[in-house]
Amino acid sequence: MSAVLDVKDLQVSFHTRNGVVRAVDKVSLKVEAGQTVGIVGESGSGKSVTCYSLLGLIPSPPGKIEGGSAMFGGMDLLKLPEKELQKVRGSRISMIFQDPMTSLNPFLKIGTQLVEPLRLHKGMDKAAAWKQGIEALKEVGIPEAATRMDQYPHEFSGGMRQRVMIAMALITRPELLIADEPTTALDVTIQQQVLDLIKDLQKRLGIAVVFITHDLAVVHEVCDVVNVMYAGRLVESAPAAELFAHPRHAYTRALMRSIPALQKKGEPLYTIPGLPPDLSHLPAGCSFRPRQTPDRQLLCLRDQRPPLVEVSPGHWAQACPGCVEGGILS
Amino acid sequence: MLRFTLNRLAQSIAVVFLVFTITFFMIRLTDGDPFASPKAMPPDVRKVLVERYGLDKPLPVQYFTTMGSYLKGDLLPSMSYQGMWNTKIIKDAFPISLIIGVAALGVALALGLPAGIIAAVKKNTWLDFGPMSLALIGICLPTFVMGPLLIMLFGLKWRLLNVAGWFEKTDWILPAVTMGLIYGAYIARMTRGGMLEVLNQDYIRTARAKGVPGWKVVMGHALRGGLLPVVAFLGPALAGITTGSFIIEKIFNLPGLGQHFVSSVFNRDYSLILALVVLYAAVLVVVNFLTDILIAWLNPKVRLS
Repeated sequence: MSAVLDVKDLQVSFHTRNGVVRAVDKVSLKVEAGQTVGIVGESGSGKSVTCYSLLGLIPSPPGKIEGGSAMFGGMDLLKLPEKELQKVRGSRISMIFQDPMTSLNPFLKIGTQLVEPLRLHKGMDKAAAWKQGIEALKEVGIPEAATRMDQYPHEFSGGMRQRVMIAMALITRPELLIADEPTTALDVTIQQQVLDLIKDLQKRLGIAVVFITHDLAVVHEVCDVVNVMYAGRLVESAPAAELFAHPRHAYTRALMRSIPALQKKGEPLYTIPGLPPDLSHLPAGCSFRPRQTPDRQLLCLRDQRPPLVEVSPGHWAQACPGCVEGGILS
Repeated sequence: MLRFTLNRLAQSIAVVFLVFTITFFMIRLTDGDPFASPKAMPPDVRKVLVERYGLDKPLPVQYFTTMGSYLKGDLLPSMSYQGMWNTKIIKDAFPISLIIGVAALGVALALGLPAGIIAAVKKNTWLDFGPMSLALIGICLPTFVMGPLLIMLFGLKWRLLNVAGWFEKTDWILPAVTMGLIYGAYIARMTRGGMLEVLNQDYIRTARAKGVPGWKVVMGHALRGGLLPVVAFLGPALAGITTGSFIIEKIFNLPGLGQHFVSSVFNRDYSLILALVVLYAAVLVVVNFLTDILIAWLNPKVRLS
């Protein structure tokens, strides 16, 4: 299988009044055709910025891509001029966002927004695009699609709006879909429906998906490969089954311990002590050191950034003696 | 939409009626009367005048006869301009104010909208600071400074336009530009604020993620929402712009409607005051109605309620 997207050593920082914030620090990830790749992490861990910067969607200034490459279909997305990127966005790579309530334009008809990618990228005329728009709404399970096209976002429920977003993202049949916490803002029952819809469409259309979330249960359900991010860095990356069976990095293990469903009833829920570090003043060495469980904290690297090493085939982890369970080389 | 329109029509009639009633009684509460003048008027002359305008009759009778003639479209004769009918005074002066007002609005929109939009898109660059500083100056400069400045340049120095008066076809330009510059400054700042708020919304990011080119994002996705505050401001402001400004008319010596607003009050011209206030109320009501329709067209959420 060939990689649809190959990101290497991506570095993004924001130049603010309080100093340089390293939002993404040397992140590498690969997305194979038809694969779902998860990016997991807390708020502010850099998972969204990683994806936004690929498409040139971070506000600049203050945001700046400092280095790295992102190969997609033979081009480096990070070096493409804005005009060329526009041709990729919404055509070959699409995005859906967290909050469907605010992500659709309240002033424009659903149909107008939905078919905009077709008009822009495929040069379709209005009537043909509109017709395909109706089909796209049917595809994501919206009843009375033809009348719905003429309505406005405020006439749709949250789940329905997210379906519209998905239809809009997939209407040009892109090769890659980036889903930025697509279920976070939805009710639990709707979450499952939207997840099923994304999985189903992915299988039918054979697209690759990058799935950003902080919900490990969702990751477990949809992802083939999981990347765990912490403080702008990748701390662990492995096939989903391997990661859930043998989590190696302390942060991954801590995340898994804090899933309520895995806890015995009556026991207080585990939470990771402390807060993620300030990205403009990162601790030297291992960035998880300040929050590491007290007895092993002393072992964490202080003098250098722990490198990512392959601890077992296909399973990479940040090699910090304090964080990696059972030694680095095994 | 029909219900909305009928509803608003009923409201508008009620508002104009109320303004009519309140004005009618309030002007009679002020000291003096139309025929009180520094020069003593012979009592018999005064008596004839008072009788001719029906001011000797009881107040309720005056009120209902006045209302009767207004309903027939007769705005009664002026009490200070002998032999002049209010309808004629308005017919002569209102078109002048209207021409200048509409032209001023055109100037204001042509300057303010692009300046505001560009400033918002190019936030914190010279394309933002430059026009916005000028706009601030425009807001701070009163018309009686801006007007004479323009007169000095275009009228005296370059001799392109008349200094004042209403004689030639080009005489609307200077007053309209004076008013337009100042309203344009307000519009520029309001447009910038409105656009900035909208440009930060999630749906703008969605549009960019779809590959919509930069200027199309601004014009196609952001403009509608960004213009809402400007439209809400322009509605009521338009009534004031089109019914004439006393200061502008004084500076440029124009026979517009604004001067009558002031002089009729000084003259205690009961009938002219009433005619002008009712006209202003009617214009305001019409303009507000049009504004509401425009807002409903811009914002689909308003259409339902």
